[in-house]
Amino acid sequence: MADLSINAEKARALDMGALLKDAGLTAFVAFALSISLVGFQIKDASGGLQLITRFGDVAVVTAIAFIGRVLLFLLRRGRGRAVLISSAVLAAVLLLSILASMTPDSLPQAIVATARAVLPFGNVVLSSVMLIVLVVLAVRGYQVMTHSVHEMTMEERDREMDKVAARVQKISLFLGPLALVFAIALPFMPFADRRIVDIGTLVLTYVMLGWGLNIVVGLAGLLDLGYVAFYAVGAYSYALLAQYFDASFWLALPFAGIMAAAAGVTLGFPVLRLRGDYLAIVTLGFGEMIRIILLNWYQFTGGPDGLSGIPRPSFFGLPFTRRVPEGGDSFATFFGLDYSSLHRVVFLYYLILALAMITNLFTLRIRKLPIGRAWEALREDEIACRSLGINPTNTKLTAFGIGAMFGGFAGSFFATRQGFISPESFTFIESAVILAIVVLGGMGSQLGVVFASILLIGLPEIFRDLQQYRMLAFGAAMVLIMIWRPAGLLAHREPSIRLWGRDKIGKKAEVHS
Amino acid sequence: MSGAQEYRSANRPLLTVEHLTMRFGGLVAVDDVSFTAFDREITAIIGPNGAGKTTVFNCLTGFYKPTVGRITLHREDGEMYLEQMEGFRIAAKGGVARTFQNIRLFPHMTVLENLMIAQHNPLMRASGFTVLGLFGFSSYKIAEKAAVDRARYWLEKIGLLEKADDEAGSLPYGDQRRLEIARAMCIDPVVLCLDEPAAGLNPRESADLNDLLKFIRDEHNIGVLLIEHDMSVVMGISDHIVVLDYGKKISDGTPEFVRNDPTVIRAYLGEEDEEETAAMTGGEG
Repeated sequence: MADLSINAEKARALDMGALLKDAGLTAFVAFALSISLVGFQIKDASGGLQLITRFGDVAVVTAIAFIGRVLLFLLRRGRGRAVLISSAVLAAVLLLSILASMTPDSLPQAIVATARAVLPFGNVVLSSVMLIVLVVLAVRGYQVMTHSVHEMTMEERDREMDKVAARVQKISLFLGPLALVFAIALPFMPFADRRIVDIGTLVLTYVMLGWGLNIVVGLAGLLDLGYVAFYAVGAYSYALLAQYFDASFWLALPFAGIMAAAAGVTLGFPVLRLRGDYLAIVTLGFGEMIRIILLNWYQFTGGPDGLSGIPRPSFFGLPFTRRVPEGGDSFATFFGLDYSSLHRVVFLYYLILALAMITNLFTLRIRKLPIGRAWEALREDEIACRSLGINPTNTKLTAFGIGAMFGGFAGSFFATRQGFISPESFTFIESAVILAIVVLGGMGSQLGVVFASILLIGLPEIFRDLQQYRMLAFGAAMVLIMIWRPAGLLAHREPSIRLWGRDKIGKKAEVHS
Repeated sequence: MSGAQEYRSANRPLLTVEHLTMRFGGLVAVDDVSFTAFDREITAIIGPNGAGKTTVFNCLTGFYKPTVGRITLHREDGEMYLEQMEGFRIAAKGGVARTFQNIRLFPHMTVLENLMIAQHNPLMRASGFTVLGLFGFSSYKIAEKAAVDRARYWLEKIGLLEKADDEAGSLPYGDQRRLEIARAMCIDPVVLCLDEPAAGLNPRESADLNDLLKFIRDEHNIGVLLIEHDMSVVMGISDHIVVLDYGKKISDGTPEFVRNDPTVIRAYLGEEDEEETAAMTGGEG
């Protein structure tokens, strides 16, 4: 008993030295990192480059790191009330400042100026993010105060997250269609302007690429670091067909898919006997090879100049042009609409939505077919597959080929949307982003790919105002997900076939009765 | 020398192994081994650790290409030379199924899915190599239902029917062993090769395993090849035992014959150890 009370006494007494040391160290690291990254900026001014110092921002970063660490330290030591009060006060100040700086007209000049000065970096969006962090801290402080949380081990937390993922998977029966309805309705939403629809199109392109790569990486378990090569093959197939044979988009689309699939099989044949890291390296090399061929084959592909004037898709033969073709109709005149450049943007949006949905339905269906199951089995254990009479080479090749085909479709869509392509668009970073989408979403999870695409592509586009900070946030988000959910956001596998159905317990009771 | 003695049976020969030799560099893992496994019999391959038993299995099932030798599978529709065939074809065309010493299930897939994957090839044909299945043709649905029925049959046999939708990796060890055997049976084999199926099982589970193997031999009329250390399993159910030591066959015959073969006793227990010899021969029950 005596020991316990002493321990409790110790726990109550806050070790100020440790607190200052911990927070000071964190602040020092923040200072050391930010002095070079944030403190200096080189600007292109008239008369040469100019060095700008931003030591004020460095001080802000250091202060934020210090305060944040103090709050975390207090939280760990069970000082819930202190954390709650201080973060609530900080949050309130921040909230008032944000509100004040957003309504400069209705308030006295002095107040607005003070409010702006209070905002870290003078940036409303960043301040809002910090506000959210403070609110989260306050909530945690309240939970610690009322003892409604206990420290979870990593395993407990993983299990907890798995439950969440399983639940999400269960509601994805509704969530999926709901997301689809939202996606269909998006262009007609009141807030949807051209920019939003464009971002939607971009996100959907990556969703489609993610779903295509998911077949290779998520289902068949073949780590492909050169997926962008098939995207490039698809794009160039269409662009070159259009340039040399005047092929229309609809005619070229299946051909682009076939070309990409052929590239996939050609690459796959020699390299699929490799496994894991070795396969990843070879596919990475292949991706670069395709790009460098495109870059250097000047006579055929236009090299670094790229290919321009790629024809736009038509709506069942009706072009989206202001000028009505002779003896025919354009989309606008046929439907009796006023010409608007938005028509084509919306049409492209629906086009990629349809292509992505085809990819999705295909994947969902093929998972329940023997080939899909064989892919997953191959990912689990190749030797066992061989002992069961499954031809591993053919099975992997089909996965590679089909994954590549959808990459090719997405590529020809990319070409027709941009109207101009060059090898610049098909660098390794694209492969990395697509792979990141698949891995972050949770390998094999269709809905996970959508989430991850919105997270990795949509949000950085929306937060374009933050300039380079968004890349910082991108990195931070990746690190956080890898810490909290290393298997991916929605890594929960739904069986491809069930004997007892979803409502398992009820069925079992039936069997027994 | 007792190695010259060959086991004879009234049944049809199923698998003939002639002069099988497997070298890994300078190491001779299997040295000129010949034996015949007969249809509707349980043939056990036993021997001390490192005797080359699993290597023989790996040659039979195409995981290794033998350095020398001929392995003939006598199917009712003709003969096949397994040493010339690729591993997956031996299973797909020859009907040689196997299990592994360290269980190789698909751990993150369900029990039922494991059994469905074993029926990959017939299902693949029924789904028109995916094309027909993709458009939902009824031929595939019928075939899939038949496959589920076959899986259900085996799940009932091994007592895992209720766990059909559980992840295979979450099953207890004994269940995983039985599931692997059921999965091998789902490819509709003519020979079933089991690599230490009783390893890690308790006596009760071992007894169940004996019953299952006898059931497979008698009701499904196939040959079973077995590597096993557990003498209660080996002596209890085998019709025919092949003994290997240092890659060579040292004995070949009925359990009675092998049990009393002095060469085997010497190989297993050393020259002098009378006590353990008694333990081994006493295992007949």
